[in-house]
Amino acid sequence: MTVGLAHYLVLSAVLFCIGLYGVLARRNAVVILMCIEIMLNAVNIALVAFSRYIVPMFLTGQIFAIFVIVVAAAEAAVGIAIIITIHRRRESVDVDKFDLMKW
Amino acid sequence: MSDIVFWLLAIVSVGAALAVVILRDVFRAALSLVFLFLTIAVLYITLYADFLAVVQILIYVGAVSILIIVAVMLTRDVWHGNPPGKLRIPALVVSVLLLGTMIFTVVSTKWPTSTEPPMQPTTVAIGNSLFSQGGYILPVEISAVLLLAAILGAIVLMREK
Repeated sequence: MTVGLAHYLVLSAVLFCIGLYGVLARRNAVVILMCIEIMLNAVNIALVAFSRYIVPMFLTGQIFAIFVIVVAAAEAAVGIAIIITIHRRRESVDVDKFDLMKW
Repeated sequence: MSDIVFWLLAIVSVGAALAVVILRDVFRAALSLVFLFLTIAVLYITLYADFLAVVQILIYVGAVSILIIVAVMLTRDVWHGNPPGKLRIPALVVSVLLLGTMIFTVVSTKWPTSTEPPMQPTTVAIGNSLFSQGGYILPVEISAVLLLAAILGAIVLMREK
């Protein structure tokens, strides 16, 4: 059985779910940010695989992946700035302790 | 040949992703994440996305991983472990359910796969498409503004009062 679109989509789904588990189950804010990056990369694999196998004459999926990368870079910069600011104030990166806005 | 490469990359990338989630040491998790970014760049090459592979190495392996490692270094003094939270079991159930649903959908859908050969090299076509009038020039301009806003936001957040 040759490798096709479904293989790449399943790999993308596996990586996405690993990232989702990390986001939900971990308490270290930096690790949660890393898991969000895994999820974004998994989505990029799916986009590029669709672009390769369904419309190989256009590059729409690859261009969407470029925009996802741009937004992910901006998100990582702002997210890490927020985490370091909170760490400076509260001496912790444990998301269970970030309860200032809890109702 | 490319099948072997795909299976190898799939196993290595899933292992690296699991290491990011499972490893106790946050710094080792960050190094494993860098390795995952590299394997994904090679996956793009197997999908004939040469420009995107280079972008992945430049931005993820080059820039984002540096940011993450700096964040790990700056926050490591008070936090050595990477303990699981209270939501461990529900998180596992939710992710496995979502994974099952997605794999079922992917396998049972009949994808309208095209038999045309892939375009290569892609750099010229991507450049034309990004910067042409009828292409994606408006999103490109908006992402420039977004990046500027992100830089300003990060500086404002990090500034010592």
